[in-house]
Amino acid sequence: MHNTVVIIKKQLRDTVRNKTILIQFILFPLMTVIMENAVNIEGMQEHFFTRLFAVMYIGMAPLMATTAVISEEKEKNTLRVLLMADITPVQYLAGIGVYVWTICMLGAAVMSATLRAGERPVFLLFMGAGFILSILAGACIGILSKNQMTATSVSLPIMMVLAFAPMLSMFNKTIEKFSAVAYTQQIKLLIDRMSLADVSGTGTLILIGNALACILLFLLAYRKKGLE
Amino acid sequence: MISCRDIRKSFDRKEVLRGISFEIPAGSIFGLLGPSGAGKTTLIRILTGQLPCDSGTVTVFDKAPEAFTGADRKKFGIMMDSFGVYERFSCGENLAVFADLYGVPRSGIRDILSEVGLGDAYGKQASDLSKGMRARLQLARAFMHTPEIIFLDEPTGGLDPQTMRGIHRIILDKKKRGYTIFLTTHNMEEASKLCDRVALLHEGRIIEEGRPEEICRRYDHQKRIRLHLSDGEDMEMERGADAADGIASLLREGRVETIHSTEPSLESVFLELTGRKLEEDE
Repeated sequence: MHNTVVIIKKQLRDTVRNKTILIQFILFPLMTVIMENAVNIEGMQEHFFTRLFAVMYIGMAPLMATTAVISEEKEKNTLRVLLMADITPVQYLAGIGVYVWTICMLGAAVMSATLRAGERPVFLLFMGAGFILSILAGACIGILSKNQMTATSVSLPIMMVLAFAPMLSMFNKTIEKFSAVAYTQQIKLLIDRMSLADVSGTGTLILIGNALACILLFLLAYRKKGLE
Repeated sequence: MISCRDIRKSFDRKEVLRGISFEIPAGSIFGLLGPSGAGKTTLIRILTGQLPCDSGTVTVFDKAPEAFTGADRKKFGIMMDSFGVYERFSCGENLAVFADLYGVPRSGIRDILSEVGLGDAYGKQASDLSKGMRARLQLARAFMHTPEIIFLDEPTGGLDPQTMRGIHRIILDKKKRGYTIFLTTHNMEEASKLCDRVALLHEGRIIEEGRPEEICRRYDHQKRIRLHLSDGEDMEMERGADAADGIASLLREGRVETIHSTEPSLESVFLELTGRKLEEDE
């Protein structure tokens, strides 16, 4: 636990200096607040921008941040120093995961300020679940990548699909059909309904399937490469 | 403290270490000399439990590396050329991360930095450090938790002579305080200056081992004495009673400026044994 806290503290200190990650964390919450207050078109879905950016936030920020942190530490060999200083891989990954999740949840809390008070807990619950899946996906990429360049080239297309498919599915039925298997699309549907009562069985199954796939991929990646 | 017997290690069918054996007693500096690619870093990685060996036995603190616990690992200090620092952190912040991990009070960080000559660089960002300063920061990180053994992989590689001397001073100071130090280098002067014992590594095998001066004496095939006289003349004579008389008379006459034996340097010994210079193929 102590070692995990050290990793979290280290990452928190690094956040304000690591512009690439910082932008990921603040971009969508900031855009949400600005757009919700600045744009008001008649007939537009309520909290349209919050719903739209929330899903993009899930698909981009945690995945990109987790991948970037792990691959940078691997490339610069600071990870090996940490492991030699008696941090276990599990403690390290837990530290990174908790850090990314916490910062993303703070961003989600900012986004939820535009919602009604009653909607906020459900919104945060959906966001929190989505962040966990994206963190696991990001950790897989980080573990499997040798350096930051590989990590970026792998994570970018995945991130684009996860973040943009739910948005594009609003305009194209074929995309909607395909994107239905992605957890970000299912979370978009949940956020659209903003209620636990309206959770569909199929949607839940797809989410569970995505979660299991992410966990399995993570375990396979970890087993194959560890943190070397 | 460290014992290796017949260690072998291969990567992709290429045998990198071929039956390495040596012992390192506590409180001494052991130097592993060899050119790049000789297997020095691989050996450090095996000794510190970062890499398993294919066969042979390794014991450090009477334990096999694969049995190291967290407490055992904290008895190590490791400085490897490939190990990075947190570029966006200052020197102080870099050490603070590890101070927290090792349970070292943060209040001692300034003193640790001063010890390696980085007292004024506490708040300096690591990305702005010169290569020498970065090496000293890594050295500080390696011994900040007062480990029992320090592993130094090419600690002065690519550094200017002044920085190199500074690092040598720190290493010798640590030895005085009872630390056991295992260092790899291809700088024979460094090895002669710092090490109690050295092993010459070539193509995965130890080809010679012992005290640096012993090794040099062992390969002194000429067994001659060279004199430089005050009139500018150079003389060479075979060691023995005749030479003693000759030198004594020259000394009495006040004609001797310098006397040297013809024993080779470690570099020459390595060249003789392998036909290859230590710093080749860098």
